[in-house]
Amino acid sequence: MTEELDAGLVAQQVAESGMLSEPGEGKEVGRARKRKEDARLLTGRTQWTDNIQLPGMLYIAFKRSPMAHARITGVDVSGAKGMPGVVAAFSGQDFADEQGSLPCAWPVSENVVIPDHPPMAVEEVRYPGEAVACVVATDRYLAADALDAIDVDYEPLPVVLDMTEALTDASPKVHEAGNRAFTWTFAQGDMEAALRDAPVVIDRTYVQQRLIPTAMEPRAVVATTDGDGFTLWTSTQVPHVLRVMLALTTGVPEHKLRVIAPDVGGGFGSKLQVTAEEVLCLLLTRKLGKPVKWTESRSEGNMTVHHGRDQIQHITLAAEADGRIRGLKVELLADMGAYLMLVTPGVPLLGAFMFNGIYKMDAYSFDCTGVFTTKMPTDAYRGAGRPEATYAIERVMDELADELGLDPIEVRRRNWIRHEEFPYTTIAGLTYDSGNYEAATEKALALFGYDKLRAEQADRRDRGDPVQLGIGVSTYTEMCGLAPSRVLGSLAYAAGGWEHGSVRMLPTGKVEVVTGTSPHGQGHETAWSQIVADSLGVPFEDVAVMHGDTAISHKGMDTYGSRSLVVGGMAVLQACEKVKDKARKLAAHALECSADDLDFAQGSFTVKGTTSSKTIQELALAAFAAHDLPDGLEPRLDADATFDPDNFSFPHGTHLCAIEVDTETGMAKIRKYVAVDDVGRVVNPLIVEGQVHGGLAQGIAQALFEEAVHDADGNLLTATMADYLLPSAADLPDFVTDRTETPATSNPLGVKGVGEAGTIASTPAVVNAIVDALRPRGVHDIQMPCTPERIWRAIR
Amino acid sequence: MPRIAVTVDGIGYEEDVEPRLLLVHLLRDRLGKTGTPIGCDTSNCGACTVMLDGKSVKSCSVLAVQADGGDVVTIEGLAANGTMHPMQQAFHEEHALQCGYCTPGMVIAAIDLLRQNPDPSEEAIREGLEGNLCRCTGYCNIVRAVRRGAAVKTP
Repeated sequence: MTEELDAGLVAQQVAESGMLSEPGEGKEVGRARKRKEDARLLTGRTQWTDNIQLPGMLYIAFKRSPMAHARITGVDVSGAKGMPGVVAAFSGQDFADEQGSLPCAWPVSENVVIPDHPPMAVEEVRYPGEAVACVVATDRYLAADALDAIDVDYEPLPVVLDMTEALTDASPKVHEAGNRAFTWTFAQGDMEAALRDAPVVIDRTYVQQRLIPTAMEPRAVVATTDGDGFTLWTSTQVPHVLRVMLALTTGVPEHKLRVIAPDVGGGFGSKLQVTAEEVLCLLLTRKLGKPVKWTESRSEGNMTVHHGRDQIQHITLAAEADGRIRGLKVELLADMGAYLMLVTPGVPLLGAFMFNGIYKMDAYSFDCTGVFTTKMPTDAYRGAGRPEATYAIERVMDELADELGLDPIEVRRRNWIRHEEFPYTTIAGLTYDSGNYEAATEKALALFGYDKLRAEQADRRDRGDPVQLGIGVSTYTEMCGLAPSRVLGSLAYAAGGWEHGSVRMLPTGKVEVVTGTSPHGQGHETAWSQIVADSLGVPFEDVAVMHGDTAISHKGMDTYGSRSLVVGGMAVLQACEKVKDKARKLAAHALECSADDLDFAQGSFTVKGTTSSKTIQELALAAFAAHDLPDGLEPRLDADATFDPDNFSFPHGTHLCAIEVDTETGMAKIRKYVAVDDVGRVVNPLIVEGQVHGGLAQGIAQALFEEAVHDADGNLLTATMADYLLPSAADLPDFVTDRTETPATSNPLGVKGVGEAGTIASTPAVVNAIVDALRPRGVHDIQMPCTPERIWRAIR
Repeated sequence: MPRIAVTVDGIGYEEDVEPRLLLVHLLRDRLGKTGTPIGCDTSNCGACTVMLDGKSVKSCSVLAVQADGGDVVTIEGLAANGTMHPMQQAFHEEHALQCGYCTPGMVIAAIDLLRQNPDPSEEAIREGLEGNLCRCTGYCNIVRAVRRGAAVKTP
């Protein structure tokens, strides 16, 4: 998949492009600009989907299955229809002819089984919380009341909860075709040779527990129709993808459907989905001819927003006696849940190319089986496949260090790609364009005070201190900036990975930018303004950025996979370049000179060696008036651009965690956390640091706190925030963050993306620290989340 | 249906409400005060925090009838004469918000924290905001914002 990538050529293009001025005094890129988005968010003038009120609006409530697996033998909604305020009530049967099947856009392999996935269950429920009926009423309270008057009869079926058991012949089946969703393999190098007579072989099994993404804004959908066209507001990361998919699923013609993602309160992958409720709200407004609204409760959300992670990883690492890796073998079971949703089966593939991490080796094999269970489907959650892979390799590197009596930093140093070896094509076939693992690690060690903490650790061990100190190391890289369209095509993904941007100079000299990315907290309005301000030489304040509405933003692939800046920011920059090209022609015409005789600086074209000049704002007005345009030039100063990257981007970094483990209580407390990340060129350091902080919190939460738990009957026990432990401020430490800056060579901005980095690196850093604290007591692993009870039991 | 009188962000309202109506739904659905969002249904997240008679409450855990005769201040009522409250400003300066969904509740809770402890330590801030969850920021910048807000208020 990488033969066509030519990082050297791209690097040369970057060097020659001069597309963006270097950061410096007065320049916007690189400045810690306070965010434009904040004013409305801080004063309560935000447009969340649930805020939208339309005249005559009706409210939807869903009746949900209390069982994980059952045959539906009867649904009687008649009782609900007589209740106060109830306008209509429907069962799955009422939608059977029109609801289609929720889409899976990533049929990963020839043998993939994609079961029919009705938005509302008709014959069988296969996970707890699946919608089986709904009420439409004049008020949200009345809609909820009427749910109790719906009778549903179920014939219980056996649940399937354990992936290993699910693959045995004796297991009950989730779907008739069986519980194997797909298999997918990749191999490079001679694994047999790597394992044969290897001086060291480390064999481990790690479990990535199931997580619930839990964006703070619960999902909400508003749908309306004027009898011809439809408008859908939804709390989504992917309005463009959703529009296409809804058109394909419901038969509402694409050109009659407008999808709007207004302000969206977090996503982390969980709103990268085509949900049952979005489809059903659209169908209900079509059935009733009235605007409808549905807002989920948190417990509905915990049950029915797709879950994340949930893999069993069997890892075999073969190494030389000096610690150099010979080969890595990965056998993966990935829990799909009951259905394949938008990119469910693709998530483990995003990890497939990352298990080798930042290390060199001669052989690698990856063998993945997707498994159906009677649980909520899994899908993208912050990092999607890459945190899982990074966890496995970084945990096993610590095991290798322990086996050989080496410092965990040293064993990594002996294996990682040295900075002079970039661009480097890994055993997994990716070409890492740039990086400097040595520099990031040196900086992290210094900030951490590594040697001093190691000395304290030794001292505590010697003294038999009941509170032991552990030090956890995690180095990582990730493939992000999703993605080169042709690579996605080679991996059987249904869409491309390009992004679109429009830049329009208005008659008054202000700038309107439309981006195809769809932010939900990432600060695109601010960062894109910085890029445009530098490129066009206009004030930061004069730029407005629009997004998230398919009627305004005609083309886009939306926001996920740390792609927005790397791909979407680049599209905006390219549109700026086209605007400048046109402005140059206009200026040459107005100043009666050749376009080559013009210098462009600080928003003005000046005839070389003279003071004769035109500002870009003056040219925007001239292009609007169109009284005196050169032949062949159209009115208005604006341009569109679409960027399709040649390669992924590869942020990397070194994270160090010191953790105090109370051996008497099992309590683990992070004492110090240092993250040094290299995300390439930084557009806004404030936003980058914020992304790292938030990523760390989520990664640490996987290590210490969060887990979706089901009982033996398949009920979700963690369906509320009272049961699913999201960390509060009191549960987390302050973080020390810093950066090294090795520009990406795969895009002229030199950016790599930062959305997922913190989450990817922090989980193994924390667990490595806990295990490190307890190694003298014979502990080699603790199952996540590392609760005090699990730690306490591991010691005994 | 009980009739209640309640002041919200300086404006008096008289409303007939069902006894079961939550204060947050009165604010959002009846009075159009959509600046106060709802993040959970178990009073864990604190997104819906408002001031009721000078103290912070989670408005999903207060019945509208309990606010009868009360004075409610929401995030929409904090700014005075077009100038943000120092705590709002501090959140902006310290980049203490990303998606912004928890922010209204977090800002109100922070103001109430300073009312009780005008010069809190980092630890006191972390403990004091335990009832307000944020999924984006990792809390570091929220702690810094509250420190900044405290510095403005107690020069």
